[in-house]
Amino acid sequence: MKHTISVLVENHSGVLSRISGLFSRRGFNIESLAVGPTENPEVSRITIIADGDDHTVEQIEKQLNKLIEVIKVKSFKPSECMARELMLLKVSATADKRQEIMTICEITESKVIDMTVNTMTLEICDKYDHLIKFVALLEPYGIIEMVRTGTIAIQRGSDTIAAGK
Amino acid sequence: MKMSASRAMVECLKAEGINTVYGYPGAAICPFFDALLDEEKTIKNILVRHEANGGHAASGFARISGRPQVCIATSGPGAVNLITAIATAYADSIPIIAITGQVSTEQIGSDAFQEADITGAAEPFVKHSYLVKDAGDIPRIFKEAFYIAGTGRPGPVLIDVPVDVQKAVIDFSYPKSVSIRSYKPTIKGNYMQVKRVAKALKSAKRPLICIGGGVFASHATEEVRKLSEVMDIPVITTMMGISCFNDDDRLFFGMIGTHGVKSANSAANDCDTLLLVGARVGDRAVKTPLALAETTTIIHIDIDPAEIGKNIGTDIPLVGNAKDVLRQLLEVVEPMEHKEWVEHLESYRVKREYSRPKEGTVNPREFIEKLSEAMPAETIVTADVGQNQIWAATSYKLKANGRFLTSGGMGTMGYSLPCAMGAKMACPERTSLQICGDGSFQMQFMEMATCVQYGIKVKIVVMTNNRLGMVRELQDIGFNGRKVSVFLDGSPDFVKLAEAYGIPALRVNDEKSMKKAIKELAGEDKLMLVEVCVDEDAPTL
Repeated sequence: MKHTISVLVENHSGVLSRISGLFSRRGFNIESLAVGPTENPEVSRITIIADGDDHTVEQIEKQLNKLIEVIKVKSFKPSECMARELMLLKVSATADKRQEIMTICEITESKVIDMTVNTMTLEICDKYDHLIKFVALLEPYGIIEMVRTGTIAIQRGSDTIAAGK
Repeated sequence: MKMSASRAMVECLKAEGINTVYGYPGAAICPFFDALLDEEKTIKNILVRHEANGGHAASGFARISGRPQVCIATSGPGAVNLITAIATAYADSIPIIAITGQVSTEQIGSDAFQEADITGAAEPFVKHSYLVKDAGDIPRIFKEAFYIAGTGRPGPVLIDVPVDVQKAVIDFSYPKSVSIRSYKPTIKGNYMQVKRVAKALKSAKRPLICIGGGVFASHATEEVRKLSEVMDIPVITTMMGISCFNDDDRLFFGMIGTHGVKSANSAANDCDTLLLVGARVGDRAVKTPLALAETTTIIHIDIDPAEIGKNIGTDIPLVGNAKDVLRQLLEVVEPMEHKEWVEHLESYRVKREYSRPKEGTVNPREFIEKLSEAMPAETIVTADVGQNQIWAATSYKLKANGRFLTSGGMGTMGYSLPCAMGAKMACPERTSLQICGDGSFQMQFMEMATCVQYGIKVKIVVMTNNRLGMVRELQDIGFNGRKVSVFLDGSPDFVKLAEAYGIPALRVNDEKSMKKAIKELAGEDKLMLVEVCVDEDAPTL
C-alpha cells in the first residue's frame, strides 16, 4: 500500500543524503521523493511516497524521527491530504496530429508549452492517477521524453504540520 | 576570548571533563594535536597502534565512566580505519565522539591526498555527524555532539574538521546549554502506560524480566534489582545485560539466546509475561520473536521508540529512560511472591560437568570458572568474539560490582584488549581482565605496545586452539565438516611474543599450570599475559 509521508527537516547540506541513505539501508521502498523550501527559510519539506504495510510505515516514521535534523514526520492517508505532481512531456506531433493532442490537453487541463515541426512539449500538474491516464492517452503518439517532479502533498482543511518561524 | 580553532577544540574537551583521548595523528589533524600538547597535563593522548583500537578504547572508557569519550584520527585512511569502532559503538549504543581531520576546505571533493568523505562513509553507523565548515561553529558543535552522544539512546557522534578550519582564529566561549529543536528524548514514562505495566505485572502468574545494555546506559541496575526483589520476579539478560545481576543471585537465571544457558531460555519459553528493559530483542537473543509474542504478554521499556515493535510485537510499550521509568514503576507496584514459578525455574539450573581435557590442554570453561572464583569481585571482564566470548559470558561467575564488557551487537573481533585498556584507564583501581582467542588476539596484539608505553595494567588471557573456533564449529555442523580457512598456522608463540614486549607471560596446559596462572592473574595488579591451550574440538556450548 502506498503512503504519503511529509518530513520537515533542517535546511542543512547533507540532510537529503541522510534520508535517502536511511531508506536504502533499512530496505524501505521509495516511489517518489520531492524536496523544497517552506515558508520558513531554515526548514525544508520532503514528501515521500513509500510502499509498504503499516508496520513498515511505522518503522519508517520512527527511524526518520531518530535523525537529529528531522523536525517532524507525518504520514497521511489519501483522504487526509491533497497531492499534486508536475510532469513535462515531449511527444511526437506532426501537423496532422496537433489538433488531436490539443484536444487531449484541453480535456485534461494541461498546457502546450513548446512546439516544433514534429514535436509538442506538454505540461500537466495533477494527481498521480491523472498523470498515469494522461500518459496513457499520449502513448499512441509516441512519447519521446518524460520528466516528473515527484508528488508533494498538503493536509486538507485548516490542519497543518508547519514548523513556524 | 580569541584563540585558534584547534585550541578551542581542546578547550571544548576540557569543558566536557575529558582527561584522556585515544588518537593517531596525521597531516590533516596536526593543528589539533599541536594544541593538545599545550594541555598535556590536563588531557593525555594515548597513541594507540591502530585507529580502530582508539575507538574501542574510548568505548571501554565510556562504558565504565558513563560519559562520552573521545577518539581522534587523521583524514582519509585514518578516518576510514575508525569506521569499525564507530559501527561497533553504534551497534551497542556506546557514546563516543570521533574527531577526524579533513583536507582543507577548498580541496574537498577534489580527491586530494588522504581525502575521504568520512561523514558520508560513516553515516549508517553514527547517531549524528558534523562536517565543520565555519570555525566559529566549533563550540556549538562540540557542545551538541557530547549532548547527542550521551543522552537519549547513546551512540557515536563524528566531527570532521578540515585542516584550514583548525587553523582559523575564533572568538571562543563554550555554550552553557544546548537546545536542538528536533532532538528531545523522552525520559519519563507516560503515567497511564506505567499503570498498565504495573497491572500486567500484578496479574502475571509467571512474570520474567529480560534486561539488556540499556540498563547500563541509563545507570538503572539498582532499580532493576529492586523491582525484581519487590515483586519476586526472575531475571534473565541478553549478552549486553550481563553483570547487572550477580551469578549467585536467587532470582537470576542467566543469559538468553542462541548461545545462552538453558535456565534463561526455558524461563523465556515458560513465562506468561515478559518485561523487556533496554533490550532490543536482537536475533541472537531471541531467534523466534513471533512465536514468543504469540504466547506471552510482552511489555517493552526502551528509550528509543523505534526499538519498540521493531523485532517483537509489543502488548504494552513504554518509552522512556529505564532508570526513570523503573522508578515510576516502583512507586506503584506492590510486593508479590512467585514461589512456585521461581521453584519451577530452579529445576532448569544445571551444574555444568567438565569433560576431561585432551593431553596438553585445559577445559576452557573450567579455567574461566575457576578464574572467576579467584578474581577480585569488582573486576572488569572484557571478552572478545567467538568461542571465547560465549565461554566467558556463561562460565565467568560475576560477583557484586563486577562488570562484563563485549561487542554484543556488531561482534567485532579485536575489541577486547583496547576496550580493556579504556576500562582500566576509566577506573584504575579495578582489575581489568581481557579474554580473547588466538584469532582475535592477532587483530589487536599491537596494543600490547600501548599498554607497555603508558603503563596500562591489563590481565590478558589468550585462549589458543590454533583455530577460528566458532567458524570451525559452524563448518563441522553446517557444512559437513568441510573446514576451510579456519587454521591459524603460522601464529607466533604468544608467551615469547609477550616477552618480546617485556610483558611477563605464562602458558597453561595442565592442572598445575592452571593453578599457578589463576593465582598470578588474581594477584598483583600488573600487565601480564596468560596463554591457555584449549582443545581444538572444544564445543562452544
